[in-house]
Parts: sequence; structure tokens; C-alpha cells
Amino acid sequence: MTASRFRVILYTITAIVSLAGLADATYLTVQALTGETLVCGGSPDCFRVLGSSYARVAGMPVAAFGSLGYFCVFSLATFAAFGYTRAGALLTLLVCAMFLVTLWLLYVQAFVLHAYCRYCLFSAATTFLLAGLVIAIPPSRASPSHNPYRTYKPNV
Amino acid sequence: MKRYLPFIIVGAVALATLGSGAMLYRAKRPHLLTIPTDKNVSGKGAAESVHVRGNPDAPVTLEEFGDFQCPPCGSMAGFIDRLLKEYHPNLKVIFRNFPLPVHKFAREAALAAEAAGLQGHYWEMHEVLYREQAVWSKADNAQELFHSYAGMLGLNLDQFKKDMQSEKVRERVDSDQERGNSLGVKSTPTVFINNQEVAPNEKTPNGLRATINAALKQKPSKA
Repeated sequence: MTASRFRVILYTITAIVSLAGLADATYLTVQALTGETLVCGGSPDCFRVLGSSYARVAGMPVAAFGSLGYFCVFSLATFAAFGYTRAGALLTLLVCAMFLVTLWLLYVQAFVLHAYCRYCLFSAATTFLLAGLVIAIPPSRASPSHNPYRTYKPNV
Repeated sequence: MKRYLPFIIVGAVALATLGSGAMLYRAKRPHLLTIPTDKNVSGKGAAESVHVRGNPDAPVTLEEFGDFQCPPCGSMAGFIDRLLKEYHPNLKVIFRNFPLPVHKFAREAALAAEAAGLQGHYWEMHEVLYREQAVWSKADNAQELFHSYAGMLGLNLDQFKKDMQSEKVRERVDSDQERGNSLGVKSTPTVFINNQEVAPNEKTPNGLRATINAALKQKPSKA
């Protein structure tokens, strides 16, 4: 298998994995918008986490930022799979940022709130998997400073 | 065509996400409950188990279905206290036990509050249970802690222990829970202001203030 083909496969897997994160974060965003996270009715630990002040930034649910992040990961991985090299570089940066945010959110759950929400843990696992995939992608030989349209190389 | 394929895929996923998010929102949007007029409680001794604070003739009634082990109920207890002072004599508060099965010690806590109520210290126990929620919620034997709280409040401990096991106290908790079930209450805290449920997103100090102010506009103030 050539490095280029291997790269396309990994970008495709990254896009598929990010869809799982997108679904999870979208569900949590809807829960926050309907106010479900402000009441008890399901798992007590989930409500301890999602109802806390750490679950919102500037009045917006953190899950909404997560949805946006996963959607961007999906978009960049899709473009990278189609040969846009700059998309690959941006994908690496974005996944690194999401990885750091995930570490912070895990710290908050473990040491501040002393509670874990299974949806948040699923999101953390998804981000870790994405980070692993991004690390595994072999670097492209094309210079990322090129115009992406110019570096576009159809794989078939 | 291949040049545009990634744009088409990304656009399709964006549309699918927005569409499914909107459908989920519609499905989960809260349907607010109303207390029918035949189920109104005046709070003037209509039933001895009703726990009322504030002016019994207040034009605004806030009825809460709460669970002592529910963290949002604990936060709400603090700001309801402030609202009572802020809106005196125009607000009265009714608390109903609605222990959720997912909370291990919620029912025992409700029994403890009712047992303290039999000695005239319901609201004191209510306050202690919420204040110490983080402690007893994670204890191996919460009942021992409830006994220590009763001692701290100066209750007759033997009587308190007997009352916690009594049929009378169980009936009080069950009757509140039956009322909640018959109204369609499913989560805690569920709050009604003048018989209209407050939307989940309004269960904040400012949201409750706005709802109380709107209710006061409809009914004449006592001040």
C-alpha cells in the first residue's frame, strides 16, 4: 500500500470517527438548550457535570463548541482525503486543541466535580482516538504553504 | 465533479446535523404542566403534610417538587430562600417530596425531613439536608448522618428514629409523590408558579424573578 493511499484511508476513518463525536455533542447541545441539564431525571452524575457552571462558556453550552469542533474535524478530514494538503495541517492543529480541551474537561470531572458523565467520557474517547489517528497519518510531501486548489491531486 | 465532491459531502453532513438537531429539539422541548384548579392547595392547613413558608395569603404561590439528593434542587433551595425575603409578603413557597429512584438516599432523606416535621422542625431539616447534600449523598450509611442532623437540631432522637420508620411519615412522602405523578412530574426540581410550570431554562434566579414578577402583574400585590 502506498503512503498516499494509507493517508486517504486514515483521513476517511478520521472523518467517520468525528461523526460519532458530532452526534454525541449535538445530543448534549440539544439537552442543554431544552434545559434538561438543569434538572435531575436521568443519571445523577451526568446532571452534576452538565448542570455545573463548567458546562457553559459565555452562556453557550460547551457541547455546542464541541459540535462545531467535530464538524470542522469532519470537514477538514474529508478535504484532506480528497488531496487538500492544507486541510491536513489544519486538522492536526484542531485535533491538538481539542485534545487539550478534553484533558481540561476530564480534570474538571475528576478533581473538581468528582463526577463523570458518560456522554462526556464518550466524547473524550472520540477525541483521543482522533488524536491517535492524526498522529498515525504519514506527513504529506507537498508543501502546505501551497494554494490548496493547486495542491489538489485526485486520488483516482 | 470530483472537485466538488468534498463540498457536497460536507454540506450534506451539515444539513443532516442541523436537521436531526432540530428534530431532536422539537421532540425534547418541554411540555409545560399546569395544576388543575381541583388540585390547588391553599397552604392554609388544607393538608397537614403541606409544608408552606411565607405569607399564607400571598398572591403568588411557588410549589416545588424536589429531591434532597438532586444537586440542582440544592442550588435552587438557596435562591428560593432569597426570593422569599425579596418578595415578602407576596410569595409563599410549598415544598413537595419527589424522591427520584436514581438517587439512593433521596427517599430516606425525605422521610428524615418529614420525621423532623412531626417535631416542628421540617424547614430546619430541609436546610441541613441540602447544605450537607454532598456529604450524605456519598456516605455508606446516610441514615446515621440523618440521626446526627436530628441531634444537631435538638430533636428528640428516639422519637425521630421511630417516626422515620412510621407509616404516617411514609404516607406523607407517598402522598406528595402521588400528587407529582398525577400532575405529570418526571424530573426535579419541577416548579409551579401559580399553577403553571416554570420552563427548565427559567429555573435560575433571574428566570424565577421574571416569572414571579409576571404573576404579580396578574394578581394584585400585598405591599
